Amino acid sequence: MSWSALFTDRRWRWIAWSAVALLLLALPFIIEALLGRSWVRIIAVALLFVMLALGLNIVVGFAGLLDLGYIAFFAVGAYSYALLASPQFAVHWPFLVLLPLGAAIAAVFGVLLGAPTLRLRGDYLAIVTLGFGEIIRVFLNNLNRPVNITNGPQGITLIDPLQMGGFSLAHTHTFAGLTFAPVHNYYFVFLVCAVLSIVLSLRLENSRIGRAWIAIRDDELAASSMGINTRNLKLLAFAMGATFGGVAGGLFASFQGFISPESFHLIDSIMVLCMVVLGGMGNVAGVVLGAVLLTALPEALRYIGPLQQRWLGGVIVDPADLRMLLFGLALVLMMLLRPEGLWPARRRRVAPVHTGNADVG
Amino acid sequence: MSADNVLLAASGIGKHFGGLAALSGVSITVRHGEIFGLIGPNGAGKTTLFNVLTGLAVPDTGTLIFDGHRIEGLKPHAVAGHGIARTFQNIRLFGSMTALENVMVGRHLRSNTGVLGAVFRTRAAVAEERAITRRAHELLDYCGLSAHSNNLARDLPYGDQRRLEIARALATDPKLLALDEPAAGMNATETAALKALLERIRNDGVTLLLIEHDMKLVMGLSHSVAVLDYGEKIAEGEPETVQRDPRVIEAYLGGGFA
Ligand SMILES: Nc1ncnc2c1ncn2[C@@H]1O[C@H](COP(=O)(O)OP(=O)(O)OP(=O)(O)O)[C@@H](O)[C@H]1O
Ligand SMILES: [Mg+2]
Repeated sequence: MSWSALFTDRRWRWIAWSAVALLLLALPFIIEALLGRSWVRIIAVALLFVMLALGLNIVVGFAGLLDLGYIAFFAVGAYSYALLASPQFAVHWPFLVLLPLGAAIAAVFGVLLGAPTLRLRGDYLAIVTLGFGEIIRVFLNNLNRPVNITNGPQGITLIDPLQMGGFSLAHTHTFAGLTFAPVHNYYFVFLVCAVLSIVLSLRLENSRIGRAWIAIRDDELAASSMGINTRNLKLLAFAMGATFGGVAGGLFASFQGFISPESFHLIDSIMVLCMVVLGGMGNVAGVVLGAVLLTALPEALRYIGPLQQRWLGGVIVDPADLRMLLFGLALVLMMLLRPEGLWPARRRRVAPVHTGNADVG
Repeated sequence: MSADNVLLAASGIGKHFGGLAALSGVSITVRHGEIFGLIGPNGAGKTTLFNVLTGLAVPDTGTLIFDGHRIEGLKPHAVAGHGIARTFQNIRLFGSMTALENVMVGRHLRSNTGVLGAVFRTRAAVAEERAITRRAHELLDYCGLSAHSNNLARDLPYGDQRRLEIARALATDPKLLALDEPAAGMNATETAALKALLERIRNDGVTLLLIEHDMKLVMGLSHSVAVLDYGEKIAEGEPETVQRDPRVIEAYLGGGFA
């Protein structure tokens, strides 16, 4: 029996999925024991990127709209949370209000970006979305004068953690003999959100809405001739994608406790796009894989410095440069060897049902 | 011909591309339940008339009345909503989707599950999805494509792709089905099967508007025929009459046709 059959076969399905769930629950503790706490942080961040990449996948992978400014929605979500849960305005709204609010604000920005770009495709759309991403960042950088809203380049500090009643994720808790440091707590929250994002993505993909998006991606003109309102569905894709980014942004702000415009550069948009493309555009499993790999790979490449020291007796190539070089090389090789991504989209197969004669009329 | 029998009335349709008059003052009348053939040499403006009719091009002049509604200048999806579906001369399927999914997309117009229904899998959404799947299977079967339901559209043989376009168009529950050269590239056997399919579709109550270069096919099927040449209608009437029209013979001989 093949590996994937384990997850679809009736008898094995439950066992296979339970094993995966157990592994994910135990993962932060295993990782901490093997690699140290900094790696727990890395896998928590990887889960945030899973959310981001899945959001962008709706826009780029499903609807086929190339968006190079996606990180702007992450920024909008992060700042919405930070401004309303920090000393900046001395307001501290609960996260149960702020996360949905951030999602809604990001969705509005999604429509604001989508509406003027409805007629654009491919390269032209890419340029405009790129500009949009930069505009948001420049605004965040400069909205400290004449009225200080965003605190400019200094960013916003002392952002509230996720907390409810007296229970805060920023504290260490002990439960059933296990110690849950803040990074563990956030890992579990992010895990829940990432799993929800996966379920949402899959359900959307296999629905009337998802089919309409994919139809627009494959042939926009034919899609409109088949009765699909391409304007509304493209706006919906932008809004849905932005929603994922907005929630991830709020979570990021609460996790870090500090944000500044520095975290929302063009390179970050490109990074998320790489996750989508590398994993396999349009395929949810591939995009998750891409997000995890591309978060972990640059971190793993940090070990190049110490390794040079040990094997070559000195640091010959600057590790930061070499990291980017190897990273770029990996991407180029990928595009040459597997241009459709690591795990390419394979349109699902629908089981045949009883067929009868149809009357058309 | 009584007026209430008219499904589509196009009058005085004009369309220019730069200095080229692709259509000038073209009028046609399609009656309920007939097969209406649209013929003419290459570049005569047949596809352009389809594009105007289905909202892909806005006419410079003229009016289109379909089933009692003015439809000229409407967006393609709105035209489809009124009940006109079409196929394309250069096949335009959704290549990354299976044959079944292509037809399911055609049901978009006649279903209404939104984001919330899809995400929460509401009872209504699940029922609708099941109905869409069932109908798509029926239509594939109807067009003789059940064996291909799980194959990607782009992997289908050419003739099957043409029939899949018909199945997808039928999924929108059209009153008028506009077919742009459905027999192009088909061999004799496939063409015969197509002829039977088109007759069956008409018998099931759908009016057909048919662009076709295969004269035997179009003359054998059509109740009325209109002939375009250089953007103008040069003849209209029953196939037998049109075939004997000297202007038509002239146009085809001039265009290198037999
Ligand atoms: N979008 C366009 N821009 C410019 N010219 C066009 C456009 N579409 C069609 N034409 C021109 O209009 C004329 C009519 O074209 P059309 O495609 O309608 O012909 P047709 O009757 O369908 O021919 P065929 O039998 O070859 O398909 C042609 O000269 C064509 O080159
Ligand atoms: Mg044509």
